[in-house]
Amino acid sequence: MRLSRRQMLGTGLAAGMLPLLMPGLARAQPRRGGHITAASLSSSTADTLDPAKGALSTDYCRHAMFYNGLTDYDENGQAHLCLAQSLDSSEQMTWRVTLRDDVTFHDGSKLTADDVVFSLLRLQDPASGSKVKPIASQMATVRALSPRDVEIVLTSPNVDLPSILAQSHFYIIKAGTKDFSKANGTGPFRCQTFQPGVRTLGVRNEDYFREGRPYLDSLELIGIPDEVARVNALLSGDVHMIIAVNPRSTRRIRESGTHDLLVTPSGLYTNLIMRRDGKPTGSPDFVLGMKHLFDRELVKRALFRDFATIGNDHPIPPFDPFYRADLPQRTLDLDKARYHFARADLPSTPLPLYCSPAADGSVDMASVLQEYGSKVGLKLAVNRMPADGYWSTHWMKHPLGFGNTNPRPTADLVFSLFYKSTAAWNESGWQNERFDRLLLEARAQGDFALRKEIYGEMQEIVAAECGTAIPVFINLIDGFDKRVKGLRPIPLGGFMGYKFPEHVWWEG
Amino acid sequence: MAGPATRGLLATALPLIGKRIASGALTLLLVSLVVFFIAQLLPGDAAQEMLGQAATADAVTALREKFGLDRPAPERYVRWLLGMLTGDPGYSLVANMAVADVIAARLPNSLLLAALSALVSVPVALTIGILSAMHRDTRLDRGLNVATLSMVALPEFLVATVAVLIFSVQLRWLPSIALIPADASPWLVLRSLAMPILSLSVIVIAQMARMTRAAIIQQLNQPYVEMALLKGIKPARVVLTHVLPNAIGPIVNAMVLSLSYLLGGAIIVETIFNYPGLASLMVNAVTSRDMPLLQACAMIFCTAYLLLALVADTAAILANPRLRNR
Repeated sequence: MRLSRRQMLGTGLAAGMLPLLMPGLARAQPRRGGHITAASLSSSTADTLDPAKGALSTDYCRHAMFYNGLTDYDENGQAHLCLAQSLDSSEQMTWRVTLRDDVTFHDGSKLTADDVVFSLLRLQDPASGSKVKPIASQMATVRALSPRDVEIVLTSPNVDLPSILAQSHFYIIKAGTKDFSKANGTGPFRCQTFQPGVRTLGVRNEDYFREGRPYLDSLELIGIPDEVARVNALLSGDVHMIIAVNPRSTRRIRESGTHDLLVTPSGLYTNLIMRRDGKPTGSPDFVLGMKHLFDRELVKRALFRDFATIGNDHPIPPFDPFYRADLPQRTLDLDKARYHFARADLPSTPLPLYCSPAADGSVDMASVLQEYGSKVGLKLAVNRMPADGYWSTHWMKHPLGFGNTNPRPTADLVFSLFYKSTAAWNESGWQNERFDRLLLEARAQGDFALRKEIYGEMQEIVAAECGTAIPVFINLIDGFDKRVKGLRPIPLGGFMGYKFPEHVWWEG
Repeated sequence: MAGPATRGLLATALPLIGKRIASGALTLLLVSLVVFFIAQLLPGDAAQEMLGQAATADAVTALREKFGLDRPAPERYVRWLLGMLTGDPGYSLVANMAVADVIAARLPNSLLLAALSALVSVPVALTIGILSAMHRDTRLDRGLNVATLSMVALPEFLVATVAVLIFSVQLRWLPSIALIPADASPWLVLRSLAMPILSLSVIVIAQMARMTRAAIIQQLNQPYVEMALLKGIKPARVVLTHVLPNAIGPIVNAMVLSLSYLLGGAIIVETIFNYPGLASLMVNAVTSRDMPLLQACAMIFCTAYLLLALVADTAAILANPRLRNR
């Protein structure tokens, strides 16, 4: 298969004309100049300029200011070419990357194949603190064929490699970089100031390879952890964009008249995990009972103020091109739940249910479940855990608890990371041979319709058998000053999938 | 003060102050022990927190080895203590910088905020305290009493948030976040810090004013005040030249306690105004399990507190007339 720039755009468009909520923006002519301050969620001494270590939205945005990947995402979350001029594969196994020849790093040196090899291989080194080691380990060899050509050989075929390479962790840095106190990338902005936990300031990269971009003269990125303070900073005009607005604050922002919301439907979900190795959570009847105990409409309306999309107990959201629409939607059904619980050998003592503010909405969901559970003979003890340390000490460690999964760029990644039998984060601990086989099959399948069929069956298997209940997908809400133009939702994260820096302009 | 009297005073005071310093040092050592071992009780370590959800077993082991977290705790403690004694607080695991550098970037901010808040609150508190003590049980006193009592009761996050709503969102006079560029003019610094100072001062002023009032009233009941008044000295002069020096011990004590709060207790104000101070750095260090940074911050706060307490003790000793008369 050969993917040229045009073909990739074509497949992207064909794959999904997504029902995206547009924030009422006319496509105006971008204007050059101006300065914007954007406030992201968190900022601490853990802030980094090292793409491999990016952990939070602030990091992803910062990296998008200073670096580029071989590929990038379009509005539908599909990959298109960026630093790569072409990306060909034979049998989705051996990929050949040809680099653009007009790209330079901020220090003036030219982008070469060695930089790509260095940037990709370091992701496999555990000591680098790489967040994507399991994914990067799919690359068996990465080698330079010429100064502009790189060959990537995978351990097994994967048609999604272009999407994987567009993630911020796979951004290209200068070969041999060890010091990350300054950024030397190819990105739209040059790093002028970087103070971890305080601010990042970028000024326009005049030599940026994309003609006319970026539009802004300078861009400042700060973190405001407190949501109320973040909204206040936006409304007082101190910052021009904020990420992660609480649904409760949306009216305040809209009513200001000078500010608006960017609502991005996403694959972000908070799920109930029922461990296969626990009791009684390992019983298939218990799992089905719990899945019928979710009042999804209530969760969507009351917990997320309708800023959510109803889910069907599998991780593919309805607006994904691979979503299977003909699976019957599971709803609250107390009779069915009672029937299943009667066969599930429930304990006489209350069953502990672990939730935490770390998993968005889980505390309220737990209370709702407890309430409905009491109607069908299931006694739940809600254990609210602090957000601090939840992932290392509680997540996946109890028979019944909540998890939270960020949007991933491809169906394959969600399935491989969280549902494959051998995955480190196989949250429910289930084992399904057929599912694993289908996963590998889909990965090697270049034809969209056939892949959709395979993914459809996998969605059915997960919804029916896996010990995970996914009531809703949570929308991402950003707030912005109406003078900020060019914002569009990209379903992979807030702030245009964290890639806003080169897309926005200022009309002030 | 005459020469011999001063010498006598110093001779009595110095051993007392020396004792205070020694007990301060011992306290610091104990605190370092407690801080180090309590920090070990936190679930997870820096390697796990850094990797978050991505913490697979081999990745965690590799990072632990890199950070030296695989060593036994007592060994790490001794190493860290020796480092502290030689002036090297270690290396921040998460920030990838020397702890001294991380703190050097934040400590001036905290000191500036604390100093400006003290500059505002101490005179105001003294004035309120003296005024209401002098006009005890009048309308002025009752009015000031109600005011200070409500200020004590108001939580600072409320003061700060309401101030932001009024002065930033509605009136747009002041910035809602206190992020000050390095090349800011003093005017901009003051403008940015106005609301943090206000929020911190509100609580501190109230506490100090009430303590000052109580201390002065206690002195006003003494016979020597009556004597002075009978001799025809004006009440204002009685308070300023006779009562205040006698009440200085408890007043300084109250002030020092309040001021120590300005340094470490500013966390809420730092969060609301996004001010890059030391308190939020310490909270960061807790959540990211960056132990060297956490321990260094804890030691700084503790040292500052002990130093302030030492100042209070010294003031009390020096102001004690019984010591002076010896």
